[in-house]
Amino acid sequence: MTPLLEISGLHVEVEGREILRGLDLEVPLGETHAVMGPNGSGKSTLAHVIAGREGYEITGGVIRYGGEDVSELEPEERARKGVFLAFQYPVEIPGVNNTYFLKAAINEIRKHRDQPELDAVDFLSLMRDRVKLLDFDEDLIRRPVNEGFSGGEKKRNEILQMTVLEPTLAVLDETDSGLDIDALRIVAEGVNRMRSPERSFLVITHYQRLLNHIVPDRVHVLQDGRIVESGGSDLALRLEAEGYTKAAAVTA
Amino acid sequence: MPEPQRTLGAAEVEQLVEREYAYGFVTDIETEVVPPGLSEDVIRLISEKKEEPQWLLDWRLKAYGMWQGMTEPNWAKVSYPQIDYDAISYYAAPKSAVADGPKSLDDIDPELRRTYEKLGIPLVEQQRLAGVAVDAVFDSVSVATTFKEKLAELGVIFCSFSEAVKEHPELVRKYLGTVVPHTDNFFASLNSAVFSDGSFVYVPKGVRCPMELSTYFRINASETGQFERTLIIADEGSYVSYLEGCTAPMRDENQLHAAVVELVALEDARIKYSTVQNWYPGDKNGVGGIYNFVTKRGKCAGARSHISWTQVETGSAITWKYPSCILLGDDSIGEFYSVALTANRQQADTGTKMIHIGRNTKSTIISKGISAGHGQNTYRGQVKVLPGASNARNFSQCDSLLIGPDSGAHTVPYIDVANPEAQLEHEASTSRIGEDQLFYCRQRGIDPEEAVSLIVNGFARDVLSELPMEFAVEAQKLLGVSLEGAVG
Ligand SMILES: Nc1ncnc2c1ncn2[C@@H]1O[C@H](COP(=O)(O)OP(=O)(O)OP(=O)(O)O)[C@@H](O)[C@H]1O
Ligand SMILES: [Mg+2]
Repeated sequence: MTPLLEISGLHVEVEGREILRGLDLEVPLGETHAVMGPNGSGKSTLAHVIAGREGYEITGGVIRYGGEDVSELEPEERARKGVFLAFQYPVEIPGVNNTYFLKAAINEIRKHRDQPELDAVDFLSLMRDRVKLLDFDEDLIRRPVNEGFSGGEKKRNEILQMTVLEPTLAVLDETDSGLDIDALRIVAEGVNRMRSPERSFLVITHYQRLLNHIVPDRVHVLQDGRIVESGGSDLALRLEAEGYTKAAAVTA
Repeated sequence: MPEPQRTLGAAEVEQLVEREYAYGFVTDIETEVVPPGLSEDVIRLISEKKEEPQWLLDWRLKAYGMWQGMTEPNWAKVSYPQIDYDAISYYAAPKSAVADGPKSLDDIDPELRRTYEKLGIPLVEQQRLAGVAVDAVFDSVSVATTFKEKLAELGVIFCSFSEAVKEHPELVRKYLGTVVPHTDNFFASLNSAVFSDGSFVYVPKGVRCPMELSTYFRINASETGQFERTLIIADEGSYVSYLEGCTAPMRDENQLHAAVVELVALEDARIKYSTVQNWYPGDKNGVGGIYNFVTKRGKCAGARSHISWTQVETGSAITWKYPSCILLGDDSIGEFYSVALTANRQQADTGTKMIHIGRNTKSTIISKGISAGHGQNTYRGQVKVLPGASNARNFSQCDSLLIGPDSGAHTVPYIDVANPEAQLEHEASTSRIGEDQLFYCRQRGIDPEEAVSLIVNGFARDVLSELPMEFAVEAQKLLGVSLEGAVG
């Protein structure tokens, strides 16, 4: 079976600088993979390029999603096909009500899937359900998107959006950084509850701690724009103990 | 690490803000137009056409005399070629509308009826529209007013200005020019000399006007100006909410719109005045569009009176407009809520004046300027506290949102305080729609146009929430539509 996400020989330039240099990665449907790597190695770049952000120029290689080359698709088209990115730095949208925003998003997605749009009542009950599951502060869903949210609240809001939008591929870019211990557990439980044979996760993190909660099927090490090593969940433990420099030296 | 911010490039913005003006059509209707040029004769002719009393003609002529000695103001941050006042026609009216005097709603020229239908303003008294009474002004004349009889039952007068001059001369004479005198400024004096039609409202003592009153201004004829005059009087303890909307055909020429609006609120009265301004803004290169030079002022004449201005300015090539409040009565309140959007080559210089005269007077100013493309947006406001205005208070907040690298925002607040007890607060901010905000929305499945509209509406929320419900939705759409583009 073709993997849900299949990246081969990917080269990406940002502002004329090559960040990804021949990256290969496969994530089969139903699996959860972790990506670890030093600061500046290109993890967020990978996340953004999967989501289709402008300004990230693919100079070589290909990104396939569900067997289709998606390199030319607009970000919203990928989103409607089930690609979700939980941002490392969620963006504030002043004055735009969180609930309103999410309703607009889900209905755009549904519209493009020929599903009927959710009315206010159905949407609110879905929202309430997710809010409860994630132990999310009810007040926050009535406030403008991320405006004045604490770092941890922003991260949690990303996960709330994910549970409402129910993507097929969720890329979580350092969702764990900034979360307190309880929040980390709640977010991890939220992710675990969503794990299914119909959904894949790409979890970018610096910390083994998160992977104790969300046990990945595979762990990849991204260094200098390339996946330099892949392994089972125990690879994360080794990285934690040895650091990247040593791990990279082993493969070199 | 946070990725370096990328700002939106000019080309991207151009696509996002490319707009289609939905109201640019011309109604093909036989029109009587007075030849271009301004003179005493033209003024006499207008007055005669309207069968006006001598005092009003005299007033016009006095204003004309003043105007001749005045020069066009040049302090605003707008630039445009010299206006040739002799190339403008000062009166244009559909023949069918003026023949045989005022019409009942059933007798309106079908062509005019269709025009307003196309504009989304059906001139009928349907149940569905029961909450809003409309006065429809087409070029220089009012062609219909709905729900007049129903309002009259409560003593509320809502009619065209011309009709008010005939039917309620004592009220017009008592209040005309008491807020914006015929000597006020270049454009106000011009208007006083040549004004044609507009709306008149009088709400009697203690009456809460049960429906929204609104005027829809339509410019149709070419090479003409529109010079309407609106006068609203809220007698003691009364309340009225009034809204105006406006559109014009797409033309390569610039057309002048120089209106005057006067509001008078007596003791304990409240006037809520809302504007959704959507005059033709000109094309992408700045060709054509309305020059909108408007004087609007309200007088809180009585104690505890309250006037609020809410404006959503999305149209016009040039907007020069400062709806103001004279806070004369003790404990009176003035408010100004404004969203001004300039895209392409549009220029707006708009703001307010709050003049505190009475004791314990309060004013609030919330201004939201949005500039896209090469749009230039200036907030110009004055807060003036006179010596007798003990305990006066003002809060001002002026925010600007920039879209793209070529747009501009400017804030020019003047503060003039002659009472040491006054408390003034001023906040200002400037932000940009970032590529990061757009990407965030798009990543959630939202179109880029929809995303811009969402962000813009969020920015303008505090002002939009001041509009009457029916119009808030309309204005929200307009802010969206104005930025709608051909991305795809
Ligand atoms: N828009 C941009 N312009 C210029 N350089 C960029 C841009 N975006 C990313 N980079 C650079 O690309 C490199 C990779 O950045 P990226 O954000 O992908 O790293 P990361 O692995 O996510 O790091 P971290 O662990 O700190 O989040 C960095 O050196 C960064 O400075
Ligand atoms: Mg990163």
